[in-house]
Amino acid sequence: MDVLYFAWVRERIGHPKDKIETNAGTVRELVEELRSREERYEAAFADLDALRVAVDQELTDFDASLDGAREVAFFPPMTGG
Amino acid sequence: MDIRVQEDSFDLGAEANAFAARQKGMGAVVTFTGIVRDLGEGDLQAMQIEHYPGMTEKAISKIAEEALSRWNIGDILVIHRHGVLKAEDLIMMVATSSRHRVDAFQAAEFLMDYLKSRAPFWKKEVTPEGADWVEAKDEDEDALSRW
Repeated sequence: MDVLYFAWVRERIGHPKDKIETNAGTVRELVEELRSREERYEAAFADLDALRVAVDQELTDFDASLDGAREVAFFPPMTGG
Repeated sequence: MDIRVQEDSFDLGAEANAFAARQKGMGAVVTFTGIVRDLGEGDLQAMQIEHYPGMTEKAISKIAEEALSRWNIGDILVIHRHGVLKAEDLIMMVATSSRHRVDAFQAAEFLMDYLKSRAPFWKKEVTPEGADWVEAKDEDEDALSRW
């Protein structure tokens, strides 16, 4: 599965993308796996209220299923326009 | 429907004219343009706009489809830039057309409210003090509730 990071999430983690093998069933479980990796992941995922998530390029929430998901992206609230 | 996500600038007048010329039987065209605002005294050295290639186009198309289903709209144009911009550069534009003006005005406002907080763009301001990510405002999220 590809895990992508944007804006300050990318900066805190230090790179834009991880390719990972995971059995996580939901986004929240994936976040727990990532947090246990290293300090910088813990720092990036410290406050989930400050984060948004997309699964296969569709905005969703942290309880979303990862069944069949190919791409998960984490980023701060968007500031377009 | 014409959705463009691009690094290059665009010619506002030419785009508005071309959009208006394509409309058949429409009595109204509304355009909105977003411009990089200086922070005062020329403090803004650059505005960097990051986006999520692939999702950006999909998210904007979905917002535009929603506008088409809610209002009696002839056509929609959205151009949104990414990359490094300077004060007074054009960031983005939307154009809508309708038979009567109310639909075009409302659809343009709806598009702008949703583009601000549902299209995956992130702005970073570079000033002499450093670079900071622009924080989303509560009022931008609140603006969605009126639709």
